[in-house]
Order: sequence, then structure tokens, then C-alpha cells
Amino acid sequence: MTAPPDDCLARNEWICGEYLSTRRDILLDAVGQHLQLTALSVLIGLALAVPLAVPARRWGWAAGPVLAVTTILYTIPSLAMFSLLLPVYGLSAALVVAGLVLYSLTLLVRNILAGLRAVPEETRQAARGMGYGPIRLLLTVELPLALPAAMAGLRIATVSAVSLATVGAIVGFGGLGNLIYSGMNTFFKAQVLTASVLCVVIAADLLLLGVQWLITPWTRAARA
Amino acid sequence: MNTLADACDWLTDSANWAGDDGVWHRLTQHLVLTVVCLVISCLIALPVALVLGHLGKDGALAVNISNVGRAIPTFAVLVLLLLTPIGKWREGPTVVTLVLFAVPPLLTNAYVGMREVDRDVVRASRGMGMTGRQMLWQVEVPLAMPMILNGVRIAAVQLVATATIAALAGGDGLGRTITAGFNLASTPQVVAGAVLVALFALLVEGVFEAAERLAPKRGAR
Repeated sequence: MTAPPDDCLARNEWICGEYLSTRRDILLDAVGQHLQLTALSVLIGLALAVPLAVPARRWGWAAGPVLAVTTILYTIPSLAMFSLLLPVYGLSAALVVAGLVLYSLTLLVRNILAGLRAVPEETRQAARGMGYGPIRLLLTVELPLALPAAMAGLRIATVSAVSLATVGAIVGFGGLGNLIYSGMNTFFKAQVLTASVLCVVIAADLLLLGVQWLITPWTRAARA
Repeated sequence: MNTLADACDWLTDSANWAGDDGVWHRLTQHLVLTVVCLVISCLIALPVALVLGHLGKDGALAVNISNVGRAIPTFAVLVLLLLTPIGKWREGPTVVTLVLFAVPPLLTNAYVGMREVDRDVVRASRGMGMTGRQMLWQVEVPLAMPMILNGVRIAAVQLVATATIAALAGGDGLGRTITAGFNLASTPQVVAGAVLVALFALLVEGVFEAAERLAPKRGAR
């Protein structure tokens, strides 16, 4: 019988280069799944949030119910949300995406609405005076002016989605969360630490990307 | 809809409410956990926020902490702590994780509330000869109270919600009902557990909402 190899994997150390090199494919797959879950849910959330925020801005009575419903959705715990959606979606990635969409909705709707409300009344009147119809007013004046606030919301929603996606491990689709979950059950320290650090790295990268976008408005103006 | 009916059946079955795995026991654990963590977080966050807000220093720091807080996965922190020596103390990892996540909203809201107090009022109180301590307790804190309480509300609701994740790592509370349902492949139990937690979170939100409405309005006096 050969003696077990005496490397950091066998000693179960927190930081282990051996782990990184031998499990590279598993890690890359998990990062890929994590990014997919996050991107898909935030994009769907955005596609739903704009049509919700616009009527809420236009008709005052619509704002109350829209905000109330999205806030209530946000209060539902993630573990509970995933399990409540279980009968609808079964054990699938769609279940995790649907849960994350509902969470991002709250942050996005709030921020887009705040951005639309901050558009000065004089600006809107000037555009109307120039003969802008309501659709053109919305698309060429109101939404572009609401963009900074909307972007702030998008950034927060994306970062929250990265960290919430890990809970998807309960149904087997949690990206890096899957590695954390299985690492916990097998007491595999290197796997738990590596996956956790990767989560934070992804979130921090996305956060920085958003900040860069915000502080360099001239790059966008040049393209437009 | 059939699943919801099954979940209702599960909830109305008194056998599921009694005993160590019963709803009452889990609900009590959840409540105790939430309250303990909320108190600890307030004791840590509020003094810091009040002092920083009073001195008007490091504002960007306080607000950024809140955003960074969102970026760190609760679940990852919980599991990491579980594998350290803290994990040997049963509720240790859960309490530390939850406190870590309740502190940012408390800190940010209290700090912003303190800074939003009308500077003219603060200057007037200084002009009246108030000491720093008097200004803090008699002027700034009362005026910042709505924002501070809003932070406490956000933290409380977040705690109720996040406490369920403890169950993934074998912690106690209502999350246990959900994970146990998963392991038994019992959809009714999973849905029933989820409904219970959601209702609990909404109840906390409602209690704070009612407290805010019933509280005497400043300025009305």
C-alpha cells in the first residue's frame, strides 16, 4: 500500500495551490454558471422593471401598489423564495433565475422610479413645448435623464444577485454556491474558501465596472 | 394550486406543530435568534454611527460599508465560519454571520439620519451653549430618530429572512423546516415552511410600520 500524498489537499489546508490546479475545470464551470445566473436574472429583471416604473411615474395611483408589491417580494427570504417557486419550476436553473429576478425587481423599480421622478418639470414642459409626444418624451428625454439613478440600482441589484445566487445551491444550481455547499458537507476547506473568494471577486469586479461607467460619462457621450 | 392545498393541510396538521422539530419550537428559535442578533448589532452599529454622525467624519466610509455588505455572500461567510474554531460553538457561526449582515444597514441609516439633521438647528443649539453631549442627545438623536428606526426595521426584516440560511449549515430556526422538507422530498412541507418564514418577515415589517404610525409625531406637541 502506498502512503497517501502529503500535500495541502491531504492536510486539508485553507489555501491550496494543488486544489486550484487540479480542480480548475470545476471552478471555471461554477464561475460560468454563476455569471450566467446573475446576468440572466438581472437582464430579465430590468426588462420587467422599466414597464413597471414608467406607469408608476405617469399615474400617481399606480406607484403605491407597484412599490408595495415589489417591497413585499423583497421581504421574502431567499431560501423561502426558492422553495415557494419549487412547485412551478421544479429543480432547475429557471427556479433560481426566477427567484433572483423577483429580488432584483425591487431594487430596479425603486431606482428607475426615483430617477424618473427627479426629471425637472421644466425640462418636460420644454420638450412638450417643442412638440414632443408622450412616447418621444419618455424615450429621448425622461429615460436618458433617469439613467444615472437606474444604473446605480442596476449595480446594487447585480451585486446582490451574485451573493444571493449561492443560496441556489439548495436546488443544485447555485454556481459557486454548489462548491461551498458540497465543501461544507465534506469539510473541504480549500474548496469553501476558494469559491467564497471567487464570489467576492466577481461582485467586486462588477461593482468596479459600474463605478467606472458612472465616473466616465464622457466615454458614453462620445459614442452617442 | 394543488401544492398550496397540500401545504395548507401540512400547516393545519397539529402533529407538525408539536415536538422538537415542530413549528412552535422552530418559530421560537427563529425569534430568539433574530432578537439576539438584532440587539448585538444595534449595540455595535448605533454608537459608532452616532459618534461618526455627531463628529461629521468618515461619511463615505459608513455608506460604502453598506454596499460592500451586499456584495459578500451570507452563505459563504456562514460556511467559512462553520469550518473555523467558532463552528464548534453551536450557534456561533450563525450569530456572527447575522450580526455582520445587520450592521451595515443600521450603520448607514443612523449615520445618514444624523447628517440630515438641519445644520442650522445644530448651530443654534451650540449658540445656546449646549455641550456636545447635550447636542447629541437632545437635538441630533431625536431628530434623526425616524431614520435610525428605519435602519432598525430594515435590519430586523433582513435578519428574519437571512436566519433561514443558517439551516443550510445545520443551524436552528424555521429554515430547518424547509431544508428538512427538501431532504424528505416533501413539497408541502417545503412550501409550508417558506410561507411561515415569509409571513414572519412580513409580520415584523408590519409591526414596525404600525409602531411608526402610532408613535407620537414630533412637532405636533
